[in-house]
Amino acid sequence: MSITYLEAIREAQAYLLRNDPSVYIYGQDVGAFGGAFKATKNLAKEFPGRVIDAPISEDAMVGSAVGAAIEGMRPIIEMQFADFSTVGFNQVVNQAATLFWRTEVPCPLTLRLPSGGTSGGGPFHSQCLESIYARFPGLIVCTPATVEDAYSMLIESVMLNDPVIFCEHKYLYFHLKADSLPQEALPIGKARIAREGRDMTIVTYSAMLHECLEAAAEMAQDGAEIEVVDLRTVKPIDTDTIIASVARTGRLLCVAEEWPWGGVNAEVISRVVAEGFNLLDAPPQRINAKDTPIPYHPDLWSVHRPTAQSIVATARQLLRN
Amino acid sequence: MNHQIDRKRFERAYRYMLTARILDERLAQLYRGGNVYGGVFLGKGQEALSVSVGISLDKGDVFAPLIRDGAGRLAFGETILDALRNCLGSPLGPMRARDGNVHRGKPREGYIPMISHLGANISVVNGALMAKRMKGETKQIGAACIGDGATSTGAFHEALNQAAIEKLPLLLVIANNQYAYSTPTSAQFACKELSLKAQGYGVSTHDVDGTDLKACMTTLEKAAALARAGEGPQLIVAELLRLCGHGEHDDAQYISPKIKASKVGRDCMDEAKKTLLKEYQYPEKDLDQWTTETTDEINQAIRQVQQEGGPDPFTHNWKALATRELCEPLGSSTL
Ligand SMILES: Cc1ncc(C[n+]2csc(CCOP(=O)(O)OP(=O)(O)O)c2C)c(N)n1
Ligand SMILES: [Mg+2]
Repeated sequence: MSITYLEAIREAQAYLLRNDPSVYIYGQDVGAFGGAFKATKNLAKEFPGRVIDAPISEDAMVGSAVGAAIEGMRPIIEMQFADFSTVGFNQVVNQAATLFWRTEVPCPLTLRLPSGGTSGGGPFHSQCLESIYARFPGLIVCTPATVEDAYSMLIESVMLNDPVIFCEHKYLYFHLKADSLPQEALPIGKARIAREGRDMTIVTYSAMLHECLEAAAEMAQDGAEIEVVDLRTVKPIDTDTIIASVARTGRLLCVAEEWPWGGVNAEVISRVVAEGFNLLDAPPQRINAKDTPIPYHPDLWSVHRPTAQSIVATARQLLRN
Repeated sequence: MNHQIDRKRFERAYRYMLTARILDERLAQLYRGGNVYGGVFLGKGQEALSVSVGISLDKGDVFAPLIRDGAGRLAFGETILDALRNCLGSPLGPMRARDGNVHRGKPREGYIPMISHLGANISVVNGALMAKRMKGETKQIGAACIGDGATSTGAFHEALNQAAIEKLPLLLVIANNQYAYSTPTSAQFACKELSLKAQGYGVSTHDVDGTDLKACMTTLEKAAALARAGEGPQLIVAELLRLCGHGEHDDAQYISPKIKASKVGRDCMDEAKKTLLKEYQYPEKDLDQWTTETTDEINQAIRQVQQEGGPDPFTHNWKALATRELCEPLGSSTL
């Protein structure tokens, strides 16, 4: 048996609906149609009244989830694309993120954001918004890079008593496969060493993990041992795992698909410099998407985001420093 | 309209209005004396409408009041003490000094605390009602209050449409007080009447004179009964005038004298008082006594809250997540 990243997300939701009557799913076309990507395929039939089609009203979708969370429910809100969550932004950052702080009443809701670029996606169906949300206190932001994490972290997200922004990567939906669903998993908030090495640490997450692993494999042919840290969760960031890795390698490269200004890469570098400056043998480096809207044409898109090739080039440079 | 409001119920409503009005006046004094952090926003002129919303809700219902709903909040069960604690920054208040003034509520009791962003709380009530329906609680209704200005927000339209699609038992109560801060309704909407906005979404509407307590009570009771009976969302539009500044920092010179002198400019308290005296035959001394009693109660509460003091920033629990172990360790000083 093999299961894709997307199927894992569907299975996680089926598991949650089956095991917790307070879970429901609300989003555009999620009902009988099964969602734009089929992440809720057959769930409406299996769980009548609990997989609900929403109007194209992202603000009201999130607002209503806050109200339901107050009533003890655990809503899963599917945004059709992460890009459209900006229309519901106010409810996320001002309503959901502030509720517990203001009232001590928890706000357990999960916002699923089909994120990131795919060939031909263009400016409005490709965005990575994790850092925008991570900026706000009161939110947890997950960025699973593997089939196993997509499954286990979604289940854990929904069971947490806080609002979780679940950034699932569309590029991984169909490409990424695993043999089976995991029996156990690292908790949210813990990073994972995806590949061990002692010459350099690459910190990354989500779809970029796979570009980084490819880059590390290529560099291994020249004898370079690259350690790759998969953050898994970008809010909170598992600083301890990162610092421990940099302590072993002395070099840091951060790779993220999101735009460069003030994002996860900047945050990781800032922490390593502040807390582990003397562990560094060279200035830390970062690679992000270019600071332009995301291009439509595949030839433009393929150089807009970081790739194994651009990672290898920067990593080689960093090793020489 | 045939007004048949029980005498005791009318008295109860009036006394919440009276409490709200005196509370507002005392808060304005405290503000002028420099004893309030931040702003003070009053509900003067809107008590009749507000109390009618609060009084038509039962325990277990959901209520999302707004800026000028002091009377409705009291009717829904808020205590004078909690209102004052929130306005004066007591850590014993419902928001524990983390939020202030009109931003207060008790979500566990169906009392939704407003955020500043206007229009945003309507869909929260929708969600609570959807949840109740999923839990099999079908007797409860919800009410959200909003101003004429906030009917221009996207959030208002999304939520109204959402309530209509889901056939939720929502009372959406618009206080058309003729202004949004300084902006007159002519610069806010171009339709002839606000109720037309609801008709576009297939929602039933009720228009009411917001200066007439009896009319407000009758209208809200009827709308609440319809919502409870499964007739879906009900939009109520009340015409009235804000008889104060937007906040106490605002002298509201922009309010036209013509509007003030018109029927919407009447003070709902004066009108309700007339009804009590003439129609329900209350002796004037009863009303005077209520005023004295209420004033004493409020003054006593103010003294108590002022003695409670403020929050302690050093022992404060600076955690924004219920899952404490997932809070970022970073703060303003790392060394
Ligand atoms: C989304 C949003 N924009 C702007 C403001 C600033 N603001 C606070 S109250 C107000 C006027 C509100 O007018 P209305 O809705 O008519 O309510 P009223 O104050 O008259 O009761 C404005 C513009 C806000 N709170 N929320
Ligand atoms: Mg107004």
